Amino acid sequence: MTGPGEGRDPAGVGRFDVPRAPAAPDAEPARRNGHRPAAQAASTPTPADEVDTAATDEPDDTTAAPATGEPAGLGDPVTGGEPGGTGPAVPDRPGDHWDRKVANGLAFLRRRLSGDYEVDEFGFDPELTDAVFHPLLRLLYRDWFRTEVSGMEHVPVDGPALVVGNHSGTVALDALILSAALHDKHPAHRYLRLLGADLVFRMPVVSEIARKTGGTVACNPDAERLLGGGDLVGVFPEGFKGIGKLYADRYKLQRFGRGGFVSAALRTGTPIVPVAIVGGEEIYPMLADIKPLARLLKLPYFPVTPTFPWLGPLGMVPLPSKWLIQFCPPIPTAHLTDSADDPLVVFNLADQVRETIQQTLHTLLERRPDPFGP
Amino acid sequence: MTPGSTSGAPGVIVVTGVGRYLGAHVAARLAADPRIERVIGVDAPEPGAEFTDLLDRVERIRVDAGSLGGILADLDVDAVVHLALVSAPDQQHGGRSAMKDQNVIGTMQLLAACQRAPRLRKLVVRSSTAAYGVSFRDPAVFTEETEPREVPRGGFGRDILDVEGYVRGFRRRRPDVTATVLRFAPFIGSTADTTLTRYFSQPLVPTVFGRDPRLQFLHFDDALEVLHRSIVEDHPGTYNVAGPGVLSLSQAIRRAGRVGVPVLEPGLSGAAALARSLGFGGYGLDQVDLFVHGRVVDTTRLEQEYGFTPRSTAAAFDDFIRAHHGGVVVTRSQLAAAEQLVLDGIRQVRSAIRERS
Repeated sequence: MTGPGEGRDPAGVGRFDVPRAPAAPDAEPARRNGHRPAAQAASTPTPADEVDTAATDEPDDTTAAPATGEPAGLGDPVTGGEPGGTGPAVPDRPGDHWDRKVANGLAFLRRRLSGDYEVDEFGFDPELTDAVFHPLLRLLYRDWFRTEVSGMEHVPVDGPALVVGNHSGTVALDALILSAALHDKHPAHRYLRLLGADLVFRMPVVSEIARKTGGTVACNPDAERLLGGGDLVGVFPEGFKGIGKLYADRYKLQRFGRGGFVSAALRTGTPIVPVAIVGGEEIYPMLADIKPLARLLKLPYFPVTPTFPWLGPLGMVPLPSKWLIQFCPPIPTAHLTDSADDPLVVFNLADQVRETIQQTLHTLLERRPDPFGP
Repeated sequence: MTPGSTSGAPGVIVVTGVGRYLGAHVAARLAADPRIERVIGVDAPEPGAEFTDLLDRVERIRVDAGSLGGILADLDVDAVVHLALVSAPDQQHGGRSAMKDQNVIGTMQLLAACQRAPRLRKLVVRSSTAAYGVSFRDPAVFTEETEPREVPRGGFGRDILDVEGYVRGFRRRRPDVTATVLRFAPFIGSTADTTLTRYFSQPLVPTVFGRDPRLQFLHFDDALEVLHRSIVEDHPGTYNVAGPGVLSLSQAIRRAGRVGVPVLEPGLSGAAALARSLGFGGYGLDQVDLFVHGRVVDTTRLEQEYGFTPRSTAAAFDDFIRAHHGGVVVTRSQLAAAEQLVLDGIRQVRSAIRERS
């Protein structure tokens, strides 16, 4: 997780060196690839005061830096001496940019420690999601995966919708990326309420992260309750069949279960928005599945990837594939509310969603010839 | 049944479990209602001295549940409020087997007696949201229709399932009796003394590692209000009774100014078993399961039928905190002061560095 964060900030530092060492042609792709300049920056240690003077030379870069800056970086008062574009050179009076950030960070800590926040009945904690989880995911989807999102106009600005996507990538990172990207790029900054397998909610820690970020157990009562409340619900009907498939089967949609998601949408008259996600399959390419080990650990599969389990914890770092996310036009269901229990209608609609996603996947793959391209 | 219909205020009421906190308060409150002629409190054990002043207007009889049958018929009882449920085993009074006797056998005998009481028109039974059991596949919010997916591990949860089963049987056999089952969330309040209030009163509060359950509480006064309305009005059916809204356990502990101590789940189950065998503490598997899974119920049906909304979970918990500020480890004002101190410190350091450079 720290990889991308370290990758970006040193990239900025690297660019400050431009006046001294003409490494300009190297700097531009480095920034886009995120992980490469870490080594470069490590080889050229830059004292903090040099950064400070360089920063005054290139104020347009410094405005980008605070956007990714974590509150942890605030403790360093030297980097705090940012010109902030136009302000006078005495930035430490109360009310300047860094002072506000520190004060906000402390107020956030105080609210958390005194329990002064709201949690909804599903356990969703919007404040924690905004302050902690989305910034982390933002580093991942924007800088590590260079995600491009299109078709955002198909996601309604208000009211319920069921977002149905393809599942991939051994670890269900695509769901998190989708929710963070949707929240950032959507004009109304809507939260995607994900429905997860009960295995997620069996695991300690993981279950609570899932609940706090807005997830809940994939079951019809919860889905209908969320949709009835006007929420945006995200579901991956392939489930473990989708994320646990081998790399050889990448971007081949698996069976869509019993179509429970369709009946939830029909019962509430909610439009279905299919979404195709390209890039998730390459982050942990699963070469083999050790089934006896999976049975022993009570997991749906035990993955073997080029890096896992060979490199141990390092094997958990996702490969930096290029991601494309496309939302498709919504499929209205309001006229079918009475046929929620009609298996033929449910299966036909599930097939229609599946076909839409599969075709969009093919189109997106043509747009992305190199999985690890820029 | 229109909300707030008051036609059915009964004349003679029997309240069971008046030797306990809830029963004593309900009986006292019903006795104070002028629409009600007689309130008879039934309890098998010797009532505690602390409730005798509450119960001066309540006629009390002490019988075991087996001989209740004749009494209910002789007294021409109109309504029965069954509150004599024990939520945690009490080692001084026979432990788990006595608890099961009281909850399951006691309810069975009471309902048998009710069945033979010719004038009985109303039955109100205290149940618990523990009736929904615990499972990882549970929906986040339980409505009254949700069926438990797994039988709970804890004794109280199993007893509650049995009790509700007997009430279902009673409804079939006496369809003329208005039967109300109230599934209460855990009680909390300024005066109530329950397993949960004792739990939150400790300075260090054990929690389950990696779990932050969603909890709901019901203010004790709102529980009394709902029970009172169930008697003087007609509300047949099963209702969830809880404060709207949710607190997560960590949030509740922080609001109370306590410190949570995460314990691994097998360790906590073992510790609960150990505490039970050593004879102290009311913590059982019921509590451990609640602290792993949490429990949230939908109260829409209650609000529509009774026309009454209990105060929210957060408000009920605030009331509890105000009354139990003894064991507070960190207060809000201390946190605010610390925040100001750190902020001032950072400002000073920064201005010092600014001056030097």
